[in-house]
Amino acid sequence: MHTPTDSRIVECLADNDIGFVTSLPCKQLAGVIELADQSPDMVHVPCNREDEGMGMCTGAYLGGTRSAILMQNTALGVVVNSLATLIQFYRVPLPMIISYRGEVGEPVACQVEMAIHTRPLLRMLHIPAYVFSDPSEVDLLGGILNHCFMCRKPVAVLAQASFWSKAQ
Amino acid sequence: MNRYDVLTTLVPVLRDRLVMCNIGSPSQELYSLLDQDSNFYMLGTMGLCSSIGLGLAIACDEDVIAIDGDGSVLTNLGTLATIANNWQENFVLLIIDNGSYGSTGDQPSYASARTSLTEVARACGCQHVVECEAGQAATVLTETLADRKGGVIVCKCEPGQVSVPVVDLDPVVIGHRFMARLSKGRSRA
Repeated sequence: MHTPTDSRIVECLADNDIGFVTSLPCKQLAGVIELADQSPDMVHVPCNREDEGMGMCTGAYLGGTRSAILMQNTALGVVVNSLATLIQFYRVPLPMIISYRGEVGEPVACQVEMAIHTRPLLRMLHIPAYVFSDPSEVDLLGGILNHCFMCRKPVAVLAQASFWSKAQ
Repeated sequence: MNRYDVLTTLVPVLRDRLVMCNIGSPSQELYSLLDQDSNFYMLGTMGLCSSIGLGLAIACDEDVIAIDGDGSVLTNLGTLATIANNWQENFVLLIIDNGSYGSTGDQPSYASARTSLTEVARACGCQHVVECEAGQAATVLTETLADRKGGVIVCKCEPGQVSVPVVDLDPVVIGHRFMARLSKGRSRA
């Protein structure tokens, strides 16, 4: 099942010429992933780990196709080396659409552990981060994607629990 | 034959091809044997050579050869499942399997013991998986490219490397010249 907000996100990716998307399953991102998979505008290749996904995104970018990754914030712990020595070192523009688990309202205690580290990790890596707490903020996504490809940096969109619960 | 010897025999096959090359000694050896705009040298990020190669093959029509190693594939074993389930006929993964971590001093990898990457690739569902001896690598790669069905080649060879300089190209330059070569190839086509 997907919401109109999920549709707007995927339409925005397509409108910004993103032709390759990789992901790992996530309850909150499920609708976005489903729509990316069905979209005729992009190839969706699920990955087994997010660092593998970032490798594929890099390859697609080298081949002339803009790419993006859909992931949970817990995966930031997996991809620090890939972000530093591949994405940033080679200056690959990479939007990371991140479901921000572990904030207020989170039912799973362990998610809080990586939520605590999420923004410090992004700050430490000098990665611009934008927090979405309300579905209306999807209006900002196009500008964020444009910024990402302009400066050839990874950027993070952190979509909080309130964003997903209000999405319809 | 060690990896350098294998790469030496591959030079005529790799010329003018899109080549994704694994971190450390493999990239350094290729850089000294055949530097070309269509080589992408990995300077970091162990394990992702095959993933970058797959993403590239999905995004472009040209043949892509990823030169990976046994240790590196073991680091990112899920890549074989991703490759198998998103099969690209323009993608050849060449695993130069010397059974060791060459760049760090030839410590043995599990591929030198009970683990067969050839069998792992097959079990993951990869098509056209060929295991060959070092001396056959150039022939097998040439045939695989000619068949245009994609493939995974596991080339068994001896450990060891030669002493060659590090790749002193800036990563942005590596990426820029690679992409410029690719767009030039497109406009020619």
